[in-house]
Amino acid sequence: MRKHFSGYIENNLANRDDLIFITGDLGYAALENLQAKMGPRFINAGVAEQNMVGVAAGMASQGFSVICYSIAPFVVYRCLEQMRNDVCFHNLPVYIVGNGGGYGYGIMGSSHHAIEDIAVLSGLPDIACYVPAFIDDMNTCMTDMFARRGPAYLRLGLGKPMPAAFTPTPWGAMKIAAGNKLTVIAQGPVANNATEALSKNPHNESISFFTINKMPLTTLPAEIATSIAETGNVLTIEEHISIGGLGSTVALLASEAALPIKKFISLHAEGYPGKKYGSQAYHQQLSGLDEANISHVINSYF
Amino acid sequence: MKPITLQGTLRTKILEMHYNANSGHIGCSLSCIDLMIAIWKYKNPGDTFILSKGHAASALYTIMNDSGDIPDADMPTFYKNGTDLPAHPAPLKYASIPFATGSLGHGLPLAAGIAKAAQIKNNTNISYVLMSDGETNEGTTWEACHFAVANKLDNLLVVIDRNGLQGFGNTDKVIGDTAAPHLWEAMGFDVKIADGHDIKQLVETKNELLTRKNGKPKVIIANTVKGKGISYMENKLDWHYLPMNEQQYLQAQNEINTRYFQPNDQ
Repeated sequence: MRKHFSGYIENNLANRDDLIFITGDLGYAALENLQAKMGPRFINAGVAEQNMVGVAAGMASQGFSVICYSIAPFVVYRCLEQMRNDVCFHNLPVYIVGNGGGYGYGIMGSSHHAIEDIAVLSGLPDIACYVPAFIDDMNTCMTDMFARRGPAYLRLGLGKPMPAAFTPTPWGAMKIAAGNKLTVIAQGPVANNATEALSKNPHNESISFFTINKMPLTTLPAEIATSIAETGNVLTIEEHISIGGLGSTVALLASEAALPIKKFISLHAEGYPGKKYGSQAYHQQLSGLDEANISHVINSYF
Repeated sequence: MKPITLQGTLRTKILEMHYNANSGHIGCSLSCIDLMIAIWKYKNPGDTFILSKGHAASALYTIMNDSGDIPDADMPTFYKNGTDLPAHPAPLKYASIPFATGSLGHGLPLAAGIAKAAQIKNNTNISYVLMSDGETNEGTTWEACHFAVANKLDNLLVVIDRNGLQGFGNTDKVIGDTAAPHLWEAMGFDVKIADGHDIKQLVETKNELLTRKNGKPKVIIANTVKGKGISYMENKLDWHYLPMNEQQYLQAQNEINTRYFQPNDQ
C-alpha cells in the first residue's frame, strides 16, 4: 500500500500548491520521487514526531493541507496530544499516514506495531480514520481523505487486490450471499486472510462478507444491518485490539439498532501471548487471525 | 493611551477578573502582561501571536478586550459556566487566538509551522509565541528549536517570560534553567535579553531583532517578576495558585493605582 500511496500523491496531488508533505525521517526507497517533485513543500522534520504534528497544525492554520508520514506507531502514540489539542480541537486538515498498521512490521517487534491505533485516534473530535482492506479500496479512502478540510489518519498495510466476487462501496466492499447464514465483517488487510478462508469454505455461498474502511463507524451501513437481521450470526475480524475497534463498534451499533444476535465472535489482535515475537503472519496466528483459524471459526456457525 | 497607562489599566482588569472569578493564575498573568503589550500592540496585520503559556489567559483576554476583539459584556463571564473565556484559551472562538493552549510545550512547534507557512508563501508576516520559562522544560521546545534553525525561520520570534518560578519550585532548581540564554544561543537562535517590564526596551529589542534577516530564528529572553506590580505577590510561587480575598484585592488595586497611574512613577 505504501507504493500505491506515494504513487497516488505523485500522480494526483504533488502539484497542488496548498499541499505539504512532512516525513518523520522515513521514506527510504519510496519517497525520493515525491521529494524531488514537491521541492520546498516536501519537508523532513527529522526524528521529532511531536514537533512534526505541531508544525503541521501551524501550517494547516495558514491554509495548507498537510500530510505527516511515518511508521504507524511513531506517528500515532508519541504525538497524540498534538493530534488532539493542535489538530483535532481546531478541525485542521492534517492527515496522519502510518505505514505498517497492526503487526505489519512483524519481527521488528512491539515498538513497531500499531494494534491500538484506531482505539486511540478514532475518539478524537472530527477525525476520520481510514483502514483500507484492499489496494482497490485505497483510492476511495484517499479521495475522501484529501477532500476533507479536517483531521484524518490513514493506516497502511499489505496491499492485495480486491477479490472479483466483491463489490466496492463508499464504506468498503461487500459480497452478499443468497442463502445468508453468517455476516462476516472485516477491517484492513487482514480481510485477505478471511477472503482466502472463505473462498475454500464449503459454506461460502451462505456467508455475506463486508469490509469497513472508515472509523469511527457511527451507523451500520444498511446492507450490513440487513445481513445481521437476516443471519443473527456475526463474525468480526480486525488486526487491532478488541477495545475501541471494529468488533466493539459493531456490537454497540447492532445492540442500539435492536438487531437480534444469536452468536457474535470477535477475532482481534490479542497482543503478545506468551511474550514471543515473530513475523506478521506469526502474530496473526497467535491471535487466531490466520486463514486456518478463521475457517475453523466460520465452521463453528454451521 | 500611553503604554505606561495601559500597563496599569490591564493590570486593573486582570485583578478584577480574577477577584470576580475567585481564581488563581494571577501572578503568571502579571508576569507577562507587559510582554504582551509590547508584542500585541505593535504587531502588524497578518502577524500571528500564540500564548503558549495558556494559564496566563486573563492577560490575553484583557489585551484582546482593549483591542476590541472581546466585547466588554463577555469579560465578566471569565471562569463562569457557558463562557467563551475559560481559564485556558478555548479553540475556535476568536480569530486572534489561532490556537487553544493550556498543555505546555505546544506553542513553539505551532508558531514554527506558521513561520514555515509564511516562508513558503514568501510573505513578511511574523510569527510570535510567548512561552514561560518553566515551559521550556518540555522536549518539544528543543525539537522545534532545531526545526526552526534548520529551516532558517527568521520570521519566528519567541518571547520567554523568565520569571524564575515554575509549578513547584525555582526553575534553576527543578531540572535546571532551560530558558538560559547560552542554551538558546547554542541552538542557533538570535538571542536578546531584555527587561520584561519595560515596554520601550522590549519594543526596541523586538524591532532590532526583526531587522536582522540573517536566517536565524529570534528569541527575547525577558527577565520578569512573577506577580509584578503587587508587593505581596512579587516573586511568590503561591500567586501561581491562590485567589485574592477582599482585603488583598483592595490592596492590590491600590498598589496598581499608586505604581502605574501616579505621575512620575516607574
